[in-house]
Amino acid sequence: MFRIILTKIAAGLLTTLGVSIVIFLGTNALPGDAAQIRLGQAATEDSLRALREELGLNLPLYQQYFRWLFNFLQGEFGTSLASGNVTIAQLISDRYENTLIVSTLTAMIGVPISVGLGIMAAMFPGTIYDRFLTLGSVTLVAAPEFFTATLMVLFVVFFLGIGNAVVVGSIEDKNLAELITHFILPIATLCLVIAAQLIRMTRAAVLNVMNSPYIEMAILKGIPRRRVVMRHALLNAIGPIVNVIAINLAYVVTGVIVIEVYFGYAGLATLIVQGVQTRDYILIQTLGMIFCATYVILMMIADLASILSNPRLRHPK
Amino acid sequence: MSNNENNEDKHYVAPFSKEVSFDELQDAPPSGKFRLSITGKLGVVVVAFWLFIAIFGQFLAPYEENDLPFPDDYSEFQKPRPGAWLGTDVDDRDILSRIMYGAGRTIGISLAGVLIAYVIGVTLGIGSSIAGSRIDQVLTQFFNILLAIPTIMFGLVVVAAVGSSIPILIITAGAIFSPVVFRLSRALGMEIMVMDFVEAAKVRGEGYRWIIFKEIWPNAAMPLISDFGLRFIYVILFVSSLSFLGLGVQPPLADWGSMVRENLGALQYGESVIPILAPAIAIASLTVAINLIVDDVSAHAGGKLSGRL
Repeated sequence: MFRIILTKIAAGLLTTLGVSIVIFLGTNALPGDAAQIRLGQAATEDSLRALREELGLNLPLYQQYFRWLFNFLQGEFGTSLASGNVTIAQLISDRYENTLIVSTLTAMIGVPISVGLGIMAAMFPGTIYDRFLTLGSVTLVAAPEFFTATLMVLFVVFFLGIGNAVVVGSIEDKNLAELITHFILPIATLCLVIAAQLIRMTRAAVLNVMNSPYIEMAILKGIPRRRVVMRHALLNAIGPIVNVIAINLAYVVTGVIVIEVYFGYAGLATLIVQGVQTRDYILIQTLGMIFCATYVILMMIADLASILSNPRLRHPK
Repeated sequence: MSNNENNEDKHYVAPFSKEVSFDELQDAPPSGKFRLSITGKLGVVVVAFWLFIAIFGQFLAPYEENDLPFPDDYSEFQKPRPGAWLGTDVDDRDILSRIMYGAGRTIGISLAGVLIAYVIGVTLGIGSSIAGSRIDQVLTQFFNILLAIPTIMFGLVVVAAVGSSIPILIITAGAIFSPVVFRLSRALGMEIMVMDFVEAAKVRGEGYRWIIFKEIWPNAAMPLISDFGLRFIYVILFVSSLSFLGLGVQPPLADWGSMVRENLGALQYGESVIPILAPAIAIASLTVAINLIVDDVSAHAGGKLSGRL
């Protein structure tokens, strides 16, 4: 079993490494290198050469890559190209909290509710409740995030009259009520976005277990439906459900980009979009790597969860 | 089920036995008649409507995409009124006309992108399932790495590197979505390659061309078609998200995603949210409608396609 886990983790690390090569090469394809951008019009042949040597840009590509990777792992991300002499680490530390709060709260609020709803839907398949949820999630799954966001704005701001359509200001020195109105829109929207997938997939995972013979046996014994689901089905569905949760958390990582821009929320995602607009490729490299690594790790957890929970996968023949 | 409607023909064509019709056998191929559910029909109507608008919208639109409906009365985010039935946007342009112009762009770019993804993905996927061994491993590893990058992040890096224009957008979408198509068609190809009828064809001495077009393709077509719908949805969402981030279709060209972006100010200053809601609804109605059709098709093709992805 440990060997399987180790191979999975190794595969995850290798993938991350592969991703880092893609990102490095992709951002390196940008016209102009860091020395040129930084010196701008004032560049002379000599000053360019000197700065290139200082930044290591005269080295062969593969050495540059290893240098970059090594620095990245140590948390030395370099200096931003667009915003003067600010280091990337500074830019990130100003904002990472915002993104972290939104995604963590989304996970803490959205995941339990959606998993619960999904299990309920699987408990009473074919009822009006189930159909309503299924139709709702089919609709939301295919809709773009900014559509869901607009619906949330209509509901929360114009109908309930709380919150502000645009999230501004810092979170320091705010009381609880202000914090709620500050966060309610992005978090509610993201919850709704992942809920659609999560409900659908949880329902499918539980129903999948519900089709197995031992459940039929339990039903035939006359055990009440709720007990069948809770005691017999759910325990065996935990693996698939954890898998589903990890996949959807990985989705939060990308979903958060559109949501942050929509609400004008100053997080890491708006930072990377800014980086693309100003062609600050060092910023893009770093943030792209952070987002992708998180994504890969969550996907790896999803993979591991489904292996660990299934004895047949745990002990392959 | 469509069994009842087909029963009468069945007696003449294939009277296996009176009790068990061919359709009820476990491995039976999908029955020939494909029927849409009510939601599926609704989906077809909506998709047909948008395709019509995508092709003819620019000729039917009341204004050019950057014209002002009320040149004398310039003010942003006007409410709907005769002459501008959905109101005006941030630059006082007619929203209805821009949606009709944008339909062609959003749908056209996405369709071209998903077609490129399919040409690359299916060719390489089926090819590598036949070629096997070395080539297969290299391609699979390569595409696995690409799959590990979130699509929108991939798009951001590409746009940062080469800038944004409509051809680049199409090629990027094609490149980003080809790994998924590759994986699916490779899995299908692998599955079919070990079937007895392929073995039989090989023993018969058929060439690769026969095996690909006469053995694999007919069996892989149905799952691929319903996946095509799904992929189309994702490409539409991808292209509009990029445009929404300001990195896709560039102003002043109208496109549904960038319309939402341009008019974000309506949330704060506008009197109505129609400037944002209208293009968002356009995208959502199209993607949801395609999803409804895909649900029907994949139910018909048998098996949960989503499980395979």
